[in-house]
This record gives sequence, structure tokens and C-alpha cells, in this order.
Amino acid sequence: MAVFSRSPKPEPVLGQNRAVGHLLSFVTWIIGLVFFFPLFWLTVNGFKEESVASADPTLRFDPTLDRFAEVTEANSGLLSFAEAFSNSLWVVLISTAFVMVLAIPAAYALSIRPMKMWRDVLFFFISTKFLPIVGIIMPVWIIARDLNLLGTRTVLVVLYTAMNLPLAVWMLRSFFAEVPKELIEAAQIDGCSLLGQIRQVLLPIVAPGVAATALLCVIFAWNEFFFALQLNPTGASTIPVWVNSQQKFQGQFIATLSAASVLATLPVVIAGWIAQKRMIRGLAMGAIK
Amino acid sequence: MAEVRYEKASRIYGFGAVGEVRAVNQLDLDIADGELLVLVGPSGSGKSTALRMLAGLETVNEGSIFINDVDVTLKPPQERDIAMVFQNYALYPSMTVAENMGFALKQAGVSKSDRRQQVEEAARILDLEPYLDRKPKNLSGGQRQRVAMGRAIVRSPQVFLMDEPLSNLDAKLRVQTRTELVDLQARLGTTMVYVTHDQVEAMTMGHRVAVLDHGVLQQVDSPRTLYSQPANLFVAGFIGSPAMNLIEVDRSGDTLSIGTTAVPLPDDVSAQIRSSDVNTFVVGVRPEHLGLTDDGIPASVTVVEELGSEAFVHTEVAHQGGTLTVVVRVEGETNIRRGDSISIGVAGPVHVFEAQSGIRLGASA
Repeated sequence: MAVFSRSPKPEPVLGQNRAVGHLLSFVTWIIGLVFFFPLFWLTVNGFKEESVASADPTLRFDPTLDRFAEVTEANSGLLSFAEAFSNSLWVVLISTAFVMVLAIPAAYALSIRPMKMWRDVLFFFISTKFLPIVGIIMPVWIIARDLNLLGTRTVLVVLYTAMNLPLAVWMLRSFFAEVPKELIEAAQIDGCSLLGQIRQVLLPIVAPGVAATALLCVIFAWNEFFFALQLNPTGASTIPVWVNSQQKFQGQFIATLSAASVLATLPVVIAGWIAQKRMIRGLAMGAIK
Repeated sequence: MAEVRYEKASRIYGFGAVGEVRAVNQLDLDIADGELLVLVGPSGSGKSTALRMLAGLETVNEGSIFINDVDVTLKPPQERDIAMVFQNYALYPSMTVAENMGFALKQAGVSKSDRRQQVEEAARILDLEPYLDRKPKNLSGGQRQRVAMGRAIVRSPQVFLMDEPLSNLDAKLRVQTRTELVDLQARLGTTMVYVTHDQVEAMTMGHRVAVLDHGVLQQVDSPRTLYSQPANLFVAGFIGSPAMNLIEVDRSGDTLSIGTTAVPLPDDVSAQIRSSDVNTFVVGVRPEHLGLTDDGIPASVTVVEELGSEAFVHTEVAHQGGTLTVVVRVEGETNIRRGDSISIGVAGPVHVFEAQSGIRLGASA
């Protein structure tokens, strides 16, 4: 029997082969387009006349900004776009600020100086997300009513802070845990106070992670609909409630609703676009080094 | 400038029924002003823990630690006026070299111009001037190490604490930096406690070396004494490269034999053996204290390591019904090859330890 000697073949990596590579990028494009299409169609519809939007789907039409003008027009007695937008901005920014102020020390305590039973504490945080919100809306509503908070921005700030806090603590904890312990110890030896350690040493290192966390909180708060609808359906409500109010009880409203949805989506898309790089760096672990 | 004193200092993990582990056990250690003391031991010996206790990064569960006769046992690190260099350097990645070095001064409220001046002075000592505006990630390993050193010397602390600061450098740079570090310490005259697992580093750098094992201090002395008069079996085996030949021997009367050849012993050791009720001893001979003779212990060669100026000959020797490995150092170039039969004679001091307790017999240091 002949003995063949040959150099070992390298393990093939998926995509290394040219044909497979082309196929993979083709599939990726298809998946990307499938996800992108609804957004695209939504935007296109926003520029149509109602009759065109309700007719057979077409890309041939005379684009108009009339729908956008209609939805942003202020009607007395109804929630206007400008009001809803400023309410959303207020609620989102204030609640996110609260979340970060509370979550950063919590994450520090859970990762850098873990106390006894820190795992249980961490689990407690996430367990608050297990309960379906609809199951607790009744007591929340009653409490809000008794505190005279129904129909205010304050109630949404409180609830969005509570809603995003567990997520932020979990994310920040995992970012903080990656910071070499010696850095904090070096800062201690260098005479840095606890606040100084967080502000001057820790935060500059985990900045991408903190930014990513804050952005996620912003997005979740911006998109929140259920609390806003239940506790604050009127004057002081937010963008999602405003979009919902663009549904009409008669006639066609697809184009109007599309225009409203585009306006509601835009800030998140822009923020996501700007923060894209940082966010990916932050969300992909191993951001440090 | 400062003296450091450990008084029965212990670090204990896992109190209670679970069973406690003493990472550092009742450590008594006096470090003189301006001394470079090396803590050495295998991993898990508690050397780093002992250093971190001095830094204030580990709790002292029993005993106390003094810096300049001030009890610092309960003081946080920032109140101890110490500087530490970590194994991974722990440079602040978001700050430049200058900011890293000036960080402690900034915390202490030193003005910006004074800070700049002190940082530049330290940078000059360490040849770091061209790199002051760089970030740590743009530096080589050796440069990072020097920045870590710079961060320590800028503040002129009472004590330098070094936690294996050279072990991330490549071999050549490590040897070079070692010398620089010794020189720097001598020039500054600041007390330094230096932790390493590398006994060569310990022997070459330390004014005195403290050997730890399982949290217990084994011996603290000058490198020369550690080498020539190890206090116990552990120190004998740990210090020296290649390691001392340690041969377990059952006594017959007051003589100890390797194979059938009696080992020459000093009179006081023989006397101690005679009066001892212990039967098994360990004979220790360093490779350079063995040589080739005509009528010594017969041995067959297994491996020859030629280093140019010297060679280490690994041999197998028949002893008490089995074989054991004995290493002999031979001057210069050698013609001895694997498979050769040679005869080994003792040509230098012999160390004898009780096998069970590991205690040294004869005159101790």
C-alpha cells in the first residue's frame, strides 16, 4: 500500500470560497431589503395622496408634502404634533438622565465592588421585567390617580425610569466588569475619591457602553405606547399616542398615518444613525483595550 | 523615606464552618528605610496578598502593618502615601502619558505648572520625554512599564510597591529593566517592596529576600545567605537554578550515604544526626558543589545541557533500591555524552534537612 504524504488542508471557513462568498452577500442583501422594505413603503406612502395610497401599490405618483402639513397642523382641543414632540422629548430625556444617574452607581457596586449576594440583586432587577405590564396597569393607574399624576408628564418619567433601570443596570454592569480591577485600585492608591474613580477613570473607559445604554433607554422610552395611552391619553401625551390619534373613524387615512409614522420614527433613526459606530462598539463586548 | 513593619499580619478567607484559608499567615517582617526587599514564592504563596495588604487593597484580618511607626492597618490606600506598579501596569487608557503620571498629583491638588514640572523631571529620568503626549495604547510594552514606574516616582511616596512589574516584558528587556530598576531605587533611596515569582529576579535585585510558601514566611535574608544557608527544605529547593539536588536518605548511625557512598558531613551536623530521633534526612548539594572524581558515586548520564561557559549533566544514580536524578555542573566545554558512565564526588558544602519537618541541621544563618 502506498503511503501518501500531503500537507494538511486548512479547515474551510464559510465564505472563504468565492462563490460561497457571493452567495452569502446576496442572501444578506435580500434579508436586509426584506427588513428595510416596510420602512421604505411607509415613507413612500407618506408622500402620496390618500386616494393613491389606498389604490394598487405603485411607485409612480406625484409626491406631495400635504400629508405632513396636515398631520403637523395644530387643531385646538387635540394633541398637536409640536406638543406631543416636546412632551416625548421631555419625558425621554429626563427619564434617561434619571436612569443613568441611578444605574451607574448600581452597576459599579455590582461589578467592581460586588457585595454579598450580588447575583441575587442582579436577578431581582431583571425579574421586575418578567411581569406583563398589562397585568399591573390597574394598580399603577389607581396609584397615579390618587397622586394626581394622571395626564401628566411626571407619571411617564417615573414609569419609564423604572422600566429602563433594570436593563441599564445589566448592560452597564457587564461593561464595568470588563474594566481591569487594577485600574480602580491604581486610582485608589493615587488618592482618588470614590466619585473621582467613577468620573475620571471608569466612565472615560466605558463611554461607548454608557452611550449605547443611554441610547437604548432613549429608544425604548420614545417608543413606549401602552403606559402613555393608559395613564396619559390626553393633552400631555407623547408621540406614539399622537400617531395613534391620526387614525380616523371614516374615510381613508393610510397616507396620513404613514406621514405621522415617518415623523415619529425619524428622531430614533437619526439618533441611531449618528450613534451607530459607538453603539456597535459598545454593544460588542470587549470594547476596552 | 520609611520603614515598614508587618506584625503578625494575616489575611484570612472564608471564616467560619466552611474552613478558613490563610492566604498570609502571621507575617512578621521588618523592612528598613531605603531597603529593596523582595517577596518571592511560588504562585499561591501569598506574596502578592502580602503586598496588597501593605497597599491597603486587602483587608488585614489579624495583626497590624506599620509605615514609619504609624499604624496603617485600617487606613485606605489613599492615606498611606505609597505608590504601586501593577503587573499589567494599570495605566489609565483615556489619559496621555503626562496625565497618567500627573494623576496622583492632580488628586493631591498640586498646581498645573508644578505638576508639569514634576512630570517632566520624572520623564527625563525614565527617557519618556518624547512620549508625554501619547496615549498608553500607542506605546510598546517596555515604554508602558516605564510610564507605570514614572507614575510611581512622580509622587515621591514613602514606599514603592511592585507587583511583578517585569513579568510582561520579553526576556531581554526584563533583564535590562531589572538593572535599571535597581539603579533607580538606589538613586532615589526610597524603600521598595518587590513581588516576584522569579527567584533569579529576587536574588539579583533584593537587598534582602523574603521567601513565602502557603502564606508562611520561610526565611528572610540576604540573597547570599539564602543561597548558602537555606533555613529549610523549601528554601533550599526554591532558591537556585538549576535547583539543588535533594536526596532523601535513611541514616545508618551518624552517616548518610548516597548509594553506597558516604556523604562527607561537618562535625556539628554529624553530632546532631547522632543525637536525633529522626531516621530520614534529606541531603542537599548544589550542582556546582558536585564534580567528577575517580572513586565517587557511579552515575549514568541522561541529558547534557551545554551553555558554553558551563554544562549541566543530568545523571541517574542508584540509591536505596531505586534511581534518582542528580545534576552536576561541569566547567567549560565537556565531552560527556548521553549514556556515558561517570563518577560523581562532593566538592563543596552539603546541606542536611530533617525529611519530615524540613528543618536545617547544623549552623543556621
